[in-house]
Amino acid sequence: MGYRLDFGWIPQYWPVLVSGIGVTIYLIAAGAAAGCLLGMVCAWTRALGPAWARPVVVAYVEMIRNTPFMVQLFFIFFGLPSLGLQMTELQAATLAMIVNLGAYSCEIIRAGIEATPRGQFEAGASLAMSRFQTFRYVVLVPALQRIWPALSSQIVIVMLGSAVVSQIAAEDLSYAANFIQSRNFRAFETYIVSTLIYLLLAILLRQVLAWVGRALFPKRRSAR
Amino acid sequence: MSLIRITEVRKRFGDNEVLKGITLDVEPGEVVAIIGKSGSGKSTLLRCINGLEAIDEGSIMVAGAQLLPGEAALKALRLKIGMIFQAFNLFPHLTAGRNVMLAQMVVKKTPEPEAEAMARRMLDRVGLAHKFDAHPDELSGGQQQRVAIARALAMEPMGLLCDEITSALDPELVNEVLAVVRELAADGMTLMMVTHEMRFARDVCSRVVFMHEGRVHEIGLPDMVFAKPSTPELKQFLGML
Repeated sequence: MGYRLDFGWIPQYWPVLVSGIGVTIYLIAAGAAAGCLLGMVCAWTRALGPAWARPVVVAYVEMIRNTPFMVQLFFIFFGLPSLGLQMTELQAATLAMIVNLGAYSCEIIRAGIEATPRGQFEAGASLAMSRFQTFRYVVLVPALQRIWPALSSQIVIVMLGSAVVSQIAAEDLSYAANFIQSRNFRAFETYIVSTLIYLLLAILLRQVLAWVGRALFPKRRSAR
Repeated sequence: MSLIRITEVRKRFGDNEVLKGITLDVEPGEVVAIIGKSGSGKSTLLRCINGLEAIDEGSIMVAGAQLLPGEAALKALRLKIGMIFQAFNLFPHLTAGRNVMLAQMVVKKTPEPEAEAMARRMLDRVGLAHKFDAHPDELSGGQQQRVAIARALAMEPMGLLCDEITSALDPELVNEVLAVVRELAADGMTLMMVTHEMRFARDVCSRVVFMHEGRVHEIGLPDMVFAKPSTPELKQFLGML
């Protein structure tokens, strides 16, 4: 076997990699924050919200969870402009991440809400709190705490799935890798490097999420 | 004027009518024990009074607030009467103090320092001033139930509904909770309690209601009800037959 690994290209293309990493981090930060917020609103609607709004949420969630992320991305980037909604690659990629994570996190958070003991709702009600106040101040935090590990995993999955956005030329890490290997003809080494960076990002992201979890939920507590 | 006025209340769960026309008035300062077999409708009656269950017929008034569907009416009613549950239902993510402060701040918009002062007074009243910063899972069942009582009292209700509040407690913890209830009764708080603590009912309550198959089967002073039950059902319930 005469193949010799050559990483001599790294210094030359380092700025491209760094910019790609930046975009990937931006995508996951924006996608996770806005996606989870969207998921929270949808979860509330589906579990406790007005009856007329529930089918809307169900339709949205089922549509997203039963179609490929890449198709959703293409729909947003290539489809929506036909309706007059022009977006840059990055905007489309961000929106796709939010919409995708919103649907998955909706189902995860809903599970957390529905696992709330009935007594918690009744205690809130008996103290004259409105249904929404009970949700906001009594139900939400323990519900999020319950599902935080599952939600963290989903966020990491979506981060890894974000590699697909290179298909619409959003300049993330996978776009950078494709670009570099088309110039240096060192596909194996380039993808070794990008794979390791994804691995590192995923581990880092898990650490950040665990840290956020500890900050939001100082101690593990559950309703009895 | 009666504080709680229950008139011809009926409640069905599907085909099963659990309350078959309950009429009962509770005067301010009264302590009413509701006894009866499980399934007799006693818990359902309490839960109807503050709107946790909707009634099918009849009416319920608490201090001039009528039980009606809709959040505004329920809020007005629930501000007049608090409830303590068998399972305590403390909020697990909040400290004892925060449990007592929350509804004051959220519902009554009480400023935080005042809510905290009230919480400290109420926790002191139930003998738990030193547990202000403890989370529910750091407290015994009896302590949790006392926090729940403090939490209800902090809303300054005119009456309290107690739904088997000692049934989930280990026997040695029952008395610390009953002692708190006894003090509330002595202070003139209006109480309606579903209970299996017959001795407590006899000692503390001003009236005893025996419910049987969704009806008020017998009602009277504790001495009468316990010493001279007039119906065979109550005699059987009390183990006298």
